[in-house]
Amino acid sequence: MAEIVSLQDAVAELVHDGDSVALEGFTHLIPFAAGHELLRQRRTDLELIRMTPDLLYDQLIGMGVARRIVFSYGGNPGVGSLHRFRDAIEHDWPRPIEIEEHSHAGMANRYVAGAARLPFAILRGYLGTDLTARTTVAPITCPFTGEKLVAVPALQPDVAIIHAQESDRGGNVQLWGIPGVHREAVLAARRSLVTVERIVDELEPQAGSVVLPSWVVDFVAEAQGGSRPSYSLGIVDRDNDFYKFWDGMSRDRDAFVAWMNDNVLMQVAQQ
Amino acid sequence: MSVATDTEATAGEVQTVVAARRLSHTKTVFIGVGRPSTAAILARMVHNPELVLIYESGTIGAKPTRVPLSIGDGELAETADFIVSVPEMFNYWIGAGRIDVAFLGAAQVDRYANLNSTVIGDYDHPKVRLPGAGGAPEIAASCGEVMVIASHAKRTFVRRLDFRTTVGHGDGPSGTDTRERLGFSGRGPTAVITDLGVLEPDPTANELVLTQIHPGVEIDHVRAETGWDLLVSDELQSTEPPSAEELAALRELVSR
Repeated sequence: MAEIVSLQDAVAELVHDGDSVALEGFTHLIPFAAGHELLRQRRTDLELIRMTPDLLYDQLIGMGVARRIVFSYGGNPGVGSLHRFRDAIEHDWPRPIEIEEHSHAGMANRYVAGAARLPFAILRGYLGTDLTARTTVAPITCPFTGEKLVAVPALQPDVAIIHAQESDRGGNVQLWGIPGVHREAVLAARRSLVTVERIVDELEPQAGSVVLPSWVVDFVAEAQGGSRPSYSLGIVDRDNDFYKFWDGMSRDRDAFVAWMNDNVLMQVAQQ
Repeated sequence: MSVATDTEATAGEVQTVVAARRLSHTKTVFIGVGRPSTAAILARMVHNPELVLIYESGTIGAKPTRVPLSIGDGELAETADFIVSVPEMFNYWIGAGRIDVAFLGAAQVDRYANLNSTVIGDYDHPKVRLPGAGGAPEIAASCGEVMVIASHAKRTFVRRLDFRTTVGHGDGPSGTDTRERLGFSGRGPTAVITDLGVLEPDPTANELVLTQIHPGVEIDHVRAETGWDLLVSDELQSTEPPSAEELAALRELVSR
């Protein structure tokens, strides 16, 4: 059963130096508050997994938290480059990082296989591209039809962290709007944390919602506004201006470090 | 809000209008951010109100009133007919070939409309690290057809890609990577829509041919901005300039 604890306690308990950690959220419900807590607790040498690195991983990479990143699209959606992500790959700043990249279809199916506790997933893709030589895929022949397909290995992160709109007091989680790979990431991981906008007495069913029962989640922590500048549909709007601001400010290493110190490291996580 | 329509269309506006026209009889379109999104919304406004917009974030049948910044903006979720997870989007909708047209962008395009969105320069020591594949490889493999939207410049239209992220028409019909041999169900790129004109693959040789040129653009200029010896169709068409209605709708949309 999920335990409801503070964000500080959840991160302290769940995430260790060197772990593989997936903070997911496909343009929606990105767990910024939890990522910032990783920084404040000085976690290091992490393997950071995420389909769309986005601003949160730009921040973590720029602060030197990542030893390795596993991803499928490292951009600032609709704005342009992730400058800290680029600086790390292009110039090893602030430290060299290893990369493993996939397509979205590949990453999504890797989570599906992980959630199903299967060793790999199968898809039509990658063939004919230069990605095949640069990542972990393997050709596979369908035993029934002889069709040539590709296999991608299951993803099984040490820890998955997601943000959701709400949980009840028993730690049952409900999220709605764009579900991304939230369910798959939690079910694929060995341990999991869900931060929520609010804890309610009873979950009111929402159209098209994803429910994660308390017994597949380790910790739930309340973090109001914990997805900002991303959003939590119906509760917090996406701060598109911040995504544009980040593009300018984060180009400069010193400005970036100063901003992170003032706005993340010096802040205390909310209860 | 009233917007000026008495000024001539810019090259970018012509590109968007041309892309929108291509969706006049399309049932479903898959779109990324930026100009493709603008073109698809414009198509719904002017040509094809029944057009189903599908964004990578899982929002199917979204009806945005403004051009979203990201593919997952709240308005897309709020107005969608339904929303699916990422695995479902790629397996049931894209992979299974249920989407008619996909718009894709790229940093580099070659003569067979293969695309690079991964790196400029060497992979291990890139000059520019680009965002990466995203959904492009499987979108291009399995959507009914692909329209590439790119700015026409020599650094984009290159003789040889630095990295092949996405297969268009491989190495041509005699190459090892034909779409048929790779088992791809979609037709691949059917048009590359630029700010100078439209390139389409030759039906037998697969190589891109300039088939349409935008108002006021010279063929030599298109050739100069293409990194290979560009073929020009014997029946080169001139792009019909944006109508007053198209231009007004486009300008009104982007001003929202």
